[in-house]
Amino acid sequence: MKNIVNIRRFLWGLLIFVFLLSFAIGRYPIDMETLIKVLLSKVFTIDKTWSDTVETIVFRVRLPRILAAMLVGGSLSLSGAVYQGMFKNPLVSPDILGVSAGAAFGAALAIFLSFNTVGIQISAFLFGILGVALVYLISIKVKEDPLISLVIIGILVGSIFTSLTSIIKYIADTEDKLPTITFWLMGSLSGILPKDVKRVFVPILVGIVPLYLLRWKLNVLSLDEDEAKTLGLDTGRTRIIVIICSTLMTAASVSISGVIGWIGLVIPHLGRILVGPDYRILVPITILLGSTYLLIIDNIARAFTTVEIPLGILTSLIGAPFFIFLLLNKGRSWNR
Amino acid sequence: MIKVKGLTCGYGDKTILKDVSFTGNSGDIICILGPNGSGKSTLIKTILGLLKPFEGQVLIDNEDIKNWNWRKRANKISYIPQSFSSTFQYKVKDIVLMGRNSYLRLISSPSKKDEQIAEEAMEKLKILHLKDKIYSQLSGGERQLVKIAQALAQQSEIIIMDEPTNNLDFSNQIVMLGYLKEWIREGVTVIMATHCPEHAFLYGTKALLVKDEKVVEIDNPKENLKEKKLRELYNVDLKIIEIDLKDKASKICIPVF
Repeated sequence: MKNIVNIRRFLWGLLIFVFLLSFAIGRYPIDMETLIKVLLSKVFTIDKTWSDTVETIVFRVRLPRILAAMLVGGSLSLSGAVYQGMFKNPLVSPDILGVSAGAAFGAALAIFLSFNTVGIQISAFLFGILGVALVYLISIKVKEDPLISLVIIGILVGSIFTSLTSIIKYIADTEDKLPTITFWLMGSLSGILPKDVKRVFVPILVGIVPLYLLRWKLNVLSLDEDEAKTLGLDTGRTRIIVIICSTLMTAASVSISGVIGWIGLVIPHLGRILVGPDYRILVPITILLGSTYLLIIDNIARAFTTVEIPLGILTSLIGAPFFIFLLLNKGRSWNR
Repeated sequence: MIKVKGLTCGYGDKTILKDVSFTGNSGDIICILGPNGSGKSTLIKTILGLLKPFEGQVLIDNEDIKNWNWRKRANKISYIPQSFSSTFQYKVKDIVLMGRNSYLRLISSPSKKDEQIAEEAMEKLKILHLKDKIYSQLSGGERQLVKIAQALAQQSEIIIMDEPTNNLDFSNQIVMLGYLKEWIREGVTVIMATHCPEHAFLYGTKALLVKDEKVVEIDNPKENLKEKKLRELYNVDLKIIEIDLKDKASKICIPVF
């Protein structure tokens, strides 16, 4: 227990450190002292010794991007963690029920139809939800093991959306729209505005809060279906809640960040290695880890090269070897 | 009190058992005997509500449980399946604590009192030393004991077990069956499927013989479960031998060579 308290403290410390550091990273250098003054000036009255440019960069450019990275990283990781438990499978990621495939199609369609940024985000969000809703509604018609039908129909519906996205890419204008679609599909947080963060904040919070509240029950949900039922868990109802929350978070995240893979798979695994599988502790730790992780990755994306590397590429380029490293050194956090 | 009335059950559209009726009172140990594939597990799953009955009712305290939710059912009945594990590496104490689930609302976590009840259950089964061990890495027998502790923490009046002694070594079988006697003294009803007719002789207050879509109820199997019935049930030649150990008399069942 004491160990877990220390881990939590360390992760909080790390997040705060990375959070502050992230403001200083970028083409326009800002030193720590000025940064802390600028940040505190929102709460206290401090003599203004910095330029308006600095203020604009801190609050209009870097803060939204930092918050977005944290929200998206935390959401995708939590989503992965709860899905892995629900499907009793540690290799499941948040897109298993077609949310990313749906959102990708929504975004591609909106770009094809020349929607503005808000239009693209809303279209991605709605199609992400539509994808999962289709999967769920079809799966309850199938008289098979509910989890297996969910997974299979998730794959099927996902591939339909992916094909539709391919059609749009195939017919899209290669000068202008195709690169935008391709870039969106690889994931990025560049150009995030304060209002984008505000827009996704509510759906993400609406997803996180219920999952946080029922986190102990997620333990029971991760047992065998018959065992969970006879222990008194309404598995059907709990599953709907988990799917709705997870879909809201993921669809909202993907709508501003594009498709970012691997986080939802790797971070819960790392969380289980650190604190074990008990969702009472795993839920907050996963959110913390995921937020910090994507923040670090996003800093790498914007700091190390003059042309930004898409996030999806970085997360898989770093996530996959990291997963291999964990497997080799720490072993698995699951049994079967 | 649990009452099964005219239950017809099966999988999909295949009927496996027809018109099953029996009653379990507090203090009963009901042994379900029958060959492989005869429908013992189907009967158990239907009573638990994991399979929908085709016809008939399951009543608890004279109330049809058809529309009970899982929490209400779990408050009355606990279940120890034939095999179990978990995908993730939960500790033994976490698994036992999950026995408290039916007392907790969707958004609540176990309290100190729940933890204490779980601890007492582990103590009763003498597995307290395993509490920080990883459940899925234990031997089959140890896991079984953990599941039994979980069922104890559930504090239900009816405990249903599917071949509870399967994974247990000889001593743990005796220990485990000894607990049965303790539980029924506390007023619990036990329903268990078993492959061992001696369980019915030693512990059973009732036996249910399951074969060919039918269930035959036998009261006081020690007296009334005869060779002929068992021969028909298992379709093998066997002999029941009475043994008399001063104050204790029992019967054992051996094959005829």
